[in-house]
Amino acid sequence: MDTSRSASVPAVEMRGIVKRFQDVVANDRVDFTLLPGEIHALLGENGAGKTTLMRILYGLYHADQGEIWVRGQPATIRSPKDAIARGIGMVTQHFALVPPLTVAENVILGHTSGIRVDLAEARRRVAAAAQRLRIPVDPGARVRDLSVGERQRVEILKALYRGAQVLILDEPTAVLVPQEVEALFASLRRLRDSGLSVVFISHKLHEVMALCDRVTVLRQGRVVGTVSVAETDRNTLARMMVGRLIQPVSRPAHPAGHRVLLRLDRLSARDDRGLLAVKEVSLAVRAGEILGLAGVSGNGQTELAQVLDGTRPAESGRVLVDGQEVPTGDPVALMAAGIGRIPEDRHESVVAELTVAENMVLEHLDEFVRNGTLDREAIHRHAARLIQQYQIRARPEDPIRTLSGGNMQKVILARVLERAPKVLVVAQPTRGLDVGATEYVRGKLVEQRERGAAILLISEDLDEILELSDRIAVIYEGHIVAILSGEEADPERLGLLMSGAALRAEARPPGGM
Amino acid sequence: MGIRVERAPAPLWIRPLLPLLAVLLTFVITAGLVMAVGVNPFTAYYYFIVEPLAGRVSAIEVLVKATPLLLTGAAVTFAFVGGYWNIGAEGQLYAGATAATAVGLLMEGVPSWLAIPAVVLAGFVAGVLWALPPALMKVKLAIDEVVTTLLLNSVALFGVSALLNGPWRNPISQWPQSPEIAASAIFPRLIPRTRLHLGFLLAIAIILVLWFVINRTAFGLRMRAVGLGPRAARFAGIRVERTVLTAALVSGGIAGVAGASQLAGIHYSLIEAISPGYGYTGIIVATLGTLNMVGVALAALFIGLIDTGAQTVSRALGVPVYLGDVIQATLLLVTLSVLLFQFYRIRWGRRAG
Repeated sequence: MDTSRSASVPAVEMRGIVKRFQDVVANDRVDFTLLPGEIHALLGENGAGKTTLMRILYGLYHADQGEIWVRGQPATIRSPKDAIARGIGMVTQHFALVPPLTVAENVILGHTSGIRVDLAEARRRVAAAAQRLRIPVDPGARVRDLSVGERQRVEILKALYRGAQVLILDEPTAVLVPQEVEALFASLRRLRDSGLSVVFISHKLHEVMALCDRVTVLRQGRVVGTVSVAETDRNTLARMMVGRLIQPVSRPAHPAGHRVLLRLDRLSARDDRGLLAVKEVSLAVRAGEILGLAGVSGNGQTELAQVLDGTRPAESGRVLVDGQEVPTGDPVALMAAGIGRIPEDRHESVVAELTVAENMVLEHLDEFVRNGTLDREAIHRHAARLIQQYQIRARPEDPIRTLSGGNMQKVILARVLERAPKVLVVAQPTRGLDVGATEYVRGKLVEQRERGAAILLISEDLDEILELSDRIAVIYEGHIVAILSGEEADPERLGLLMSGAALRAEARPPGGM
Repeated sequence: MGIRVERAPAPLWIRPLLPLLAVLLTFVITAGLVMAVGVNPFTAYYYFIVEPLAGRVSAIEVLVKATPLLLTGAAVTFAFVGGYWNIGAEGQLYAGATAATAVGLLMEGVPSWLAIPAVVLAGFVAGVLWALPPALMKVKLAIDEVVTTLLLNSVALFGVSALLNGPWRNPISQWPQSPEIAASAIFPRLIPRTRLHLGFLLAIAIILVLWFVINRTAFGLRMRAVGLGPRAARFAGIRVERTVLTAALVSGGIAGVAGASQLAGIHYSLIEAISPGYGYTGIIVATLGTLNMVGVALAALFIGLIDTGAQTVSRALGVPVYLGDVIQATLLLVTLSVLLFQFYRIRWGRRAG
């Protein structure tokens, strides 16, 4: 874009960064250059290594190889403290705010000198900074009373207040509603124009196109290329990101069953704060069908998945498996009815310190008891068989926490699939997995469809939804706003539905815009 | 230059050496103090650790001292494994001792085969009942059990005190203590002319049973799952509340048996000082034993040893008993620190790369 910008010294330069996690190479000789005063997207699928790279820059991880230069100086960044000292700030997906403290207190926390803190003075300075940066926050408000979007602004303000000249945002829109996204983008553009460099981690093409100046695309831990947004288009970026042209996925034609195995009837549920998160959701999933549930994170998917895995009772409505009503909030009843559950957070469905073998039998322990004691032989044999059958790289007696994400997911998959469930409720099944494991998991889901299972696939990965689903339901603010057939669906249309824009447009009478 | 601690399991062969390392470190740390009272630290240490094991009577005394710790250590461990932080073993012990006294007093003329089980059972039931309110509050209302179980300890102690200064005061004693329980309710001695009593066997048996329950039964695996990952346990369909409640109540019951055992095995009448903090030391035993019943047994014996040693050293060398307490406390702190090296290691200097 601007030639004077590219001529100046880069704000950050990362050269040849390599980072390994056990058997996965998260970053493979990554080069990344961030110019002053640009918004630079790091684009890639989940697990492409975007967050890892930025965590290295922010000192949360340490690179196995490679070097970092900040404003032309070689820099050793061993901790976020080092990064902050060099003017690098990061807003992670999990905010590091203290809810009972005020905005001003949160902003100055860890950035005070001496023992005494003049809170009134701090509040004035934070207010001044907020005004100068045009980030609308109330310095006196308690963080616990703020919305997610407001909390994000506090995080940004905190980073800038500490003198960040480089701001890293990790999927900042994942938690925002559309209006908040617009406000965020406006803020970021203003900050960019005043000289801030922004790294914008995303896997959403339309956001990158709308906001960023340049894009670096990562795939499987490697840089595919860096391009200027003005000189590219969505299709090119999509191709770079996935490594192939996105085209209507041709699924093997298979007999669509008629029997509805999973039916949700006006199902509602509350979230942890007691607010209605799932609102009268009605869905039917037939035998041999994958119904994809698409939506922006935080629109009720988590709560819906939890109602169906038994860890959250429904507020109202019914769940029917093969025509029989099943009580919610009871994992045992749901499993007995024939629901197999692959939960969103795999770490909360396995006990980290227990072994692979123990985790594999935990849900059906009574079948492994003989004469009142655990049949340890049988438990071991069972694990060894599943490990072999599902190609899990682990031994039965390994604590499950020592497994990679992919292998852990295979354990969960094995535990569920070996019981040939009628219904599968699968949430974010490939989140954080490497490409090989992702392929494996998706292949298994297709296999289950062919076996005749009814599969509800809840995923924030649109490509995953498009690739696997026979039909796609879109959830927005807890409502199902549309159900499309696989053929009708394309990313554009889904994107619109997911953002709620289509809903608002359609809700109005024609010509009433 | 800096110091970093990182998670890195130590090789297996090092683990048995760690307690030895702890003993050596404690020796170094406390040597100055021992010399300050004019005693050769080597001699003091000999009396502290070696001498108690050298003689038959004092070696058996180690087992006597270990008996209540075996029980409270097992009690605390059982609760901790189930994810219930029972800090109330002390109070549960007092409740158990009180009930054992009440039943023991009634056993006049009742044969031992009936009287002794009755006393033990009374201790168990009283421990369960004392543990019940905080456990229910935890499970039903999510009230933190660390605070409630801890506070109930004082309630139990003052309750006993009130009993001993009031209705149960033994008229022929100048101290606040209850009358003696019936002779048939007193635990038999295992070895003549020692204080080793039935309670020791009872403790070993309970430890074996609990080990079996934790490691070999479906309930035990469920309990471990609840303790290690309550959310995952709930996801797997385990009744978390019921499991926690069971762990808490069994723990209280066993702490109650510790009280019954001290009463019917050692004191025969209830006194305020029936426990010099066995319930709290049980937490240390559980921690030193890394929440595993074999470790708990070893830890209880070890603390029994240094308890005995503290008396030996003060008797032999005339150093204040309190010095024994200091050495014992230091040893515990050092051992706890050193045991961390099973799982962590310290790296000096900056990280490579």
